[in-house]
Amino acid sequence: MSLLVPSLSAMSALSLAALPGAYAVSLHSYLYLSAVLFAIGFLGVLLRKNTLVIYMCLELMLVASTVALVAFSRFNGVLHGNVFVFFILTVAAAEVAVGLAIIVALFRRRQTVQVEELNALKN
Amino acid sequence: MSDLLFHLFAVFTVACALGVVFNKNAVASALCLLLSLVGVAGLFVLLDAFLLAVLLVLVYAGAVVALFLFIIMLLDMQGGDRKRFTKATLVSSTVAGGLLITGLVSFATRGLNHTTILAEVPVVGNSLRAYAEQLFTVYLLPVQIVGFLLLIAMLGVIVLSKKFEGLEDIK
Repeated sequence: MSLLVPSLSAMSALSLAALPGAYAVSLHSYLYLSAVLFAIGFLGVLLRKNTLVIYMCLELMLVASTVALVAFSRFNGVLHGNVFVFFILTVAAAEVAVGLAIIVALFRRRQTVQVEELNALKN
Repeated sequence: MSDLLFHLFAVFTVACALGVVFNKNAVASALCLLLSLVGVAGLFVLLDAFLLAVLLVLVYAGAVVALFLFIIMLLDMQGGDRKRFTKATLVSSTVAGGLLITGLVSFATRGLNHTTILAEVPVVGNSLRAYAEQLFTVYLLPVQIVGFLLLIAMLGVIVLSKKFEGLEDIK
């Protein structure tokens, strides 16, 4: 029971959360999970060079934020967060369609989707 | 039981998210994204948001990942040799990563003190009627705006992917 100490990093908090039966799942757990998912998505956006994979990581960040919204909404006993996630899903679908169309147009013009080769605005 | 399921889904989601980032192959990344989204849908079920779980699987796992796979197939890209990171990239990513870790640590160590568990809070989001009441009373204007947004996105995609005959010399 005393495993729930204020940990210094979210990663160690997650490894605490990964121990089954260590403590009751509360809003913290969902928020840690959301933050870690967001961080992983952010890491992907920073590390990867392929535009499509960067785009997938952006979607991952969006989904991480929806986890936090649904958790807040559920733990406060209201519906507003869920409705907001509803709108986020709609906008994300539209965004993916437009973004992928842009990537296809880019590939048609430049024959590449690697970000280090897309430097037409450099200098 | 529900706690155990949370840990299961959380580990599964995070592992698949790491798979999205660290897979060399774009198709494998897309499939990891699919699994990660299924994990998130399971978390939504644990949070009693059944409608959102179904919508997430339908819209994201169904439409969006399928679209990603389709585009990967269409573009037929190969990985190519990876270039070294430049000095500016290293500095800026260190700064960004440091800021992110600082944010996470401050988030983890302060400001969150209450330990409500799910059983103490009444469930409101598990019926379609509740969503309908909210969407068509309080959020009626956003619903209309989102409808127009979808229409505009559809038109935009058609314009973007159509080949215009007279404009080829602008290249």
